[in-house]
Amino acid sequence: MAETLTIGKALNLGLRRAMEDDAKVVLMGEDIGRLGGVFRITDGLQKDFGEDRVVDTPLAEAGILGTAVGLAMRGYRPVCEIQFDGFVFPAYNQIVTQVAKIHARSRGRLPMPIVIRIPFGGGIGAVEHHSESPEAYFAHTPGLKVVAVSNPVDAYWGIQQAVAHPDPIVFLEPKRRYWEKAEVDTGATPGPLFASRVVRGGDDVTVLAYGPMVKTALQAAEAAAEEGRSVEVVDLRTISPLDLEPVFDSVRRTGRCVVVHEAPVTLGLGAEIAARVTETCFHSLEAPVLRVGGYDTPYPPSKLEEEYLPDLDRVLDAVDRVMGF
Amino acid sequence: MSVSSATTEVVDPVPGAAAPHLPAQPDLVQLLTPEGERVEHPDYAIDVSAEELRDLYRDLVLVRRWDVEATALQRQGELGIWASLLGQEAAQIGAGRALADGDVAFPTYREHGVAWTRGVDPLHVISLFRGVDNGGWDPVATAFNLYTVVIGAQCLHATGYAMGLQRDGAESAALAFLGDGATSQGEVNEAMIWAASFSAPVVFFCQNNQYAISVPLERQTRVPLYQRAAGFGFPGVRVDGNDVLAVLAVTRAALAAAREGQGPTFIEAFTYRMGAHTTSDDPTRYRLASELEEWKLRDPIARVKAYLSRSGVADAAFFDAVEAEADELAKRIRTGTVEMPDPPGTAMFDQVYAEQTPPLAAQQAEFEAYQASFEGSGH
Repeated sequence: MAETLTIGKALNLGLRRAMEDDAKVVLMGEDIGRLGGVFRITDGLQKDFGEDRVVDTPLAEAGILGTAVGLAMRGYRPVCEIQFDGFVFPAYNQIVTQVAKIHARSRGRLPMPIVIRIPFGGGIGAVEHHSESPEAYFAHTPGLKVVAVSNPVDAYWGIQQAVAHPDPIVFLEPKRRYWEKAEVDTGATPGPLFASRVVRGGDDVTVLAYGPMVKTALQAAEAAAEEGRSVEVVDLRTISPLDLEPVFDSVRRTGRCVVVHEAPVTLGLGAEIAARVTETCFHSLEAPVLRVGGYDTPYPPSKLEEEYLPDLDRVLDAVDRVMGF
Repeated sequence: MSVSSATTEVVDPVPGAAAPHLPAQPDLVQLLTPEGERVEHPDYAIDVSAEELRDLYRDLVLVRRWDVEATALQRQGELGIWASLLGQEAAQIGAGRALADGDVAFPTYREHGVAWTRGVDPLHVISLFRGVDNGGWDPVATAFNLYTVVIGAQCLHATGYAMGLQRDGAESAALAFLGDGATSQGEVNEAMIWAASFSAPVVFFCQNNQYAISVPLERQTRVPLYQRAAGFGFPGVRVDGNDVLAVLAVTRAALAAAREGQGPTFIEAFTYRMGAHTTSDDPTRYRLASELEEWKLRDPIARVKAYLSRSGVADAAFFDAVEAEADELAKRIRTGTVEMPDPPGTAMFDQVYAEQTPPLAAQQAEFEAYQASFEGSGH
């Protein structure tokens, strides 16, 4: 059954399915119940599933994650909403020292099937702490898995797969793309969650992106085509674990690779990917792997975010540079 | 300082904290004085049989012996570190023995006495301090969660677990352990807010042993700790943490209230850490010997022994038998520790995830191949 959905609505429907499938799924967060969340991702769920399953929590992120750990120990599957990316840090201690480590510490006796939903990234003209890209902190933490969706289809299936998964997952939602639409076949069989995907074929350069930057990369590929350049675009989809085999296959053909993300470039995902591509595809590379990302500054006031964020032109500029080697 | 009755000894205010701006220290709930006199309390009665009394004494002696042996093993290089419970035996045995089937304990890293009451093998605790694992016991089967080293983090886990109990309609409770230092942690305060807002069946059991490593209580609080509970909207009670009967009575009552849907209680067990924070610590740098001497007079075991002897509940043969059992336990701990094998290298990798990732599996394979490359080379 196909219907046209925004990313936001696809997440809402996916959460509804997950709650119908498993009575142990409990949603927790600030303003997610009566209000339906500041982005309305949980709209209507408290009305249908009750206050015990869609919990309006006190306003404290560590409390949300810490009590989620206890609920998971009792056999529940908590899905925590962090209202904005910049507010995850009060919960950082619980996520890194507890959520990520308890499976290992307990030798597998205490699984932590917790999903941490975070609207992330900039481009919405917000005040500070509402536009950040914290994925590298979590991808650097053993015990966590990190995914970033870019489209309604992945949003719909990905949130259900994440909720059903036995390990803790940081689930990153591209907030500025919440209103992007696509047709979602809710009767289809989804592909695996932890897999990257070639979303546009090409021969000259491989461009890698995830979350909100996938659309930007596709726009850049379109513009490059007008100039006669064939750009392949890979949606990474999973940040930890990275699924780089399709990337290696692509780079072995193109010989050139550009990684795009909103997060600051230094020690971002691009650095790890560049190292791995270089290790694995060294003899195929015609140029060094280039990174396009945010600058190493705090996320700027919104009047400057267009300069800060990678856009079509900055991606094309990197494509030009790898082609010029 | 006030004395509430002729038979109840009131422990001093926080040693060294007799500042005029601090409110007067309250009385303690006490059922057994340091001299071994059984006293009554208007709110907390306890009816213990002779056998239960003897069992409590046995618990106290055995966990102290375990603790002494572990400290010695650390000094001899067999353990990396040891966090001693010396002086806190009554608080831990009293709280642990108050737990019923279905209740779950969430310890810090010093609750060896509670571990004992949950049937955890001492060697499974020792293995953590030897560096073999992060605690070898099964937290589900023992209803005794793994030790938590990040101060106070377990209070939120206990509260979340209690919220799960609520949803399951289970008539059980969670017991969160914390220390006086932990009361300053934001997460502990968040746990109390959650517990109050959701009326969760959780009891916060704070062993106020007067020091957070070197920092005395008055740096953590300007009011007696148990009074904090009022600000969160649930009862707080201060109990003589060196009186196993009073701790048992107070904790039983709090757990019963939680199970009945009356929400959380904060218990401040007023006690003293007789030893160092851990074997890496030197308490002579921050506290006076006279303070230690004063607390020795309130020893949690001596008072039980005095009461047992005076009331005729136990005789010399009983005390001798407990000593012999303690000697056997110490021997078993020593032998088990020294003979404890190191874990295999692959133990690092195999439980990071419920579903191991391909990149980690590749790292594990690299590790195994690298290790195998030394086989037969004499390394």
